[in-house]
Amino acid sequence: MLIRRPPDIRSAEITDERHYLSRREWLTAAGLSAVAIMPERLAAASGRLVQGTDDKPTSYKDITTYNNFYEFGTDKSDPAENAHTLRPRPWSVTVEGDVKKPGRYDLDDLLKGLPAVDRTYRHRCVEAWSMVIPWNGILLRDLINRLEPGTKAKYVEFHTLYDVQQMPMQRSNIMPWPYVEGLRLDEARHPLTLLATGIYGKTIPNQNGAPLRLVVPWKYGFKGGKSIVKIRFVEQQPRNSWQLLAPDEYGFFANVNPAVDHPRWSQARERRIGDFLKRPTLPFNGYAEQVASLYAGMDPKKLY
Amino acid sequence: MTASQWVGRILRPTALIGGVLPGLYLALGVLEITAIDLGANPAEKLEHFTGTTTLVMLLLSLAVTPLRRLTGINALVRLRKPLGLWAFAYALFHMSCYLVFDQSLLWGEIYYEILKRPYITVGFAAFLILLILALTSSAWAIRKLGQRWTTLHKGVYIAAVLGVLHYLWLVKLDTSTPVAFAVVLVVLLWLRRTRAVQPPTPDFARDGIIPTP
Repeated sequence: MLIRRPPDIRSAEITDERHYLSRREWLTAAGLSAVAIMPERLAAASGRLVQGTDDKPTSYKDITTYNNFYEFGTDKSDPAENAHTLRPRPWSVTVEGDVKKPGRYDLDDLLKGLPAVDRTYRHRCVEAWSMVIPWNGILLRDLINRLEPGTKAKYVEFHTLYDVQQMPMQRSNIMPWPYVEGLRLDEARHPLTLLATGIYGKTIPNQNGAPLRLVVPWKYGFKGGKSIVKIRFVEQQPRNSWQLLAPDEYGFFANVNPAVDHPRWSQARERRIGDFLKRPTLPFNGYAEQVASLYAGMDPKKLY
Repeated sequence: MTASQWVGRILRPTALIGGVLPGLYLALGVLEITAIDLGANPAEKLEHFTGTTTLVMLLLSLAVTPLRRLTGINALVRLRKPLGLWAFAYALFHMSCYLVFDQSLLWGEIYYEILKRPYITVGFAAFLILLILALTSSAWAIRKLGQRWTTLHKGVYIAAVLGVLHYLWLVKLDTSTPVAFAVVLVVLLWLRRTRAVQPPTPDFARDGIIPTP
């Protein structure tokens, strides 16, 4: 099957990292005086706000230094500083549940032969910031087909590594460990859903969820389980970690929806990393055309 | 140098000038002309940093009276006004960041948020109190308001409590920093409620007046 790219990000629009002009270089090149800089940058940001569609990939530096990965600390800069304790190889993944090929697999064996894909996706965090990330990996559906789930499997559950030696913050009880996420089987089989193993053509850094990380671009970022060690095929809807922690604030589906606010903040708009001002958030993070049919007949209010 | 000279020549100028430093740090970070890097989300960094700086200044200003009672150095009262005004300056900066970067000056949305989101409500209320206190901080206002000035400026306690609540209610999960602020605030308020330290000396509303023994 030929997979369509999301309509508004053509590969031609992807800036090569080497050509990415950092804000610092841009400012130096522009040689602007101190007083002139702020209005210039605000104007640039609001210009983009109006256009709304120029999805330039976020810089590799920003993608790899601004992370929510509480296993390494709760500040956005903590994972980049602390994730060196994670050992992404050798790595094994346990496959359980209603599946024809359960077992404990070496990661490289598990993925061997599956077609590699490169996808640049918008990434929308539930905290109202967003990025554009050039992922490399495989389609989750290809792995699912290889594992052959049974007829009772309705959902797929993903468990992050639980190892206080490698993930020191797991000594604290700020969250129930390990981190668990899940998808309905049809969501998991959707051709947009990835298991990422790389960013910008490089091996995925520890702080971004090495060596295997779920990417579901039409959902809030917390749905993307990181450093996955277990995949379970189950009949009941998994209780994902954030839902367990605060059921009134986080749900199971967590589809990006500007019309449904988080109880404490609006989801109507988001700040693209690199901008100062916010831009409107799109339903299903701009992937409605591809995924809205998955939720036909469901109450959109239940889909947060 | 006497204790009061030490306050006048060293501590007060330090408070006046020292308040610039957090702003300078942020300005250099935004301009990207030094090694200071505000990270991938500078707008958020500006907002958070100005918010915590407001609380730090506010707690420092609340530490003046307990410190004065503990040390007996009444001239310390002269630190209260610069610290309080810096707290307001950073609150204004913080509020501006919210209005521009978070809300793009969409007033309808801002009105809705103030009414609907408790952490915004209390933060906004704290800002209004600090605004009123800053507007009535001049020697002229103090003379004009007389005894009512002292009552009005007790509002700083409410502003501090609301400011800490604002911080506590907005964090997603890790409440350790706002809890630390809350603990310091409780200690400072307890110190001034209790008579254990020393009987309170009269308040010298007018900035700079040193009591004669």
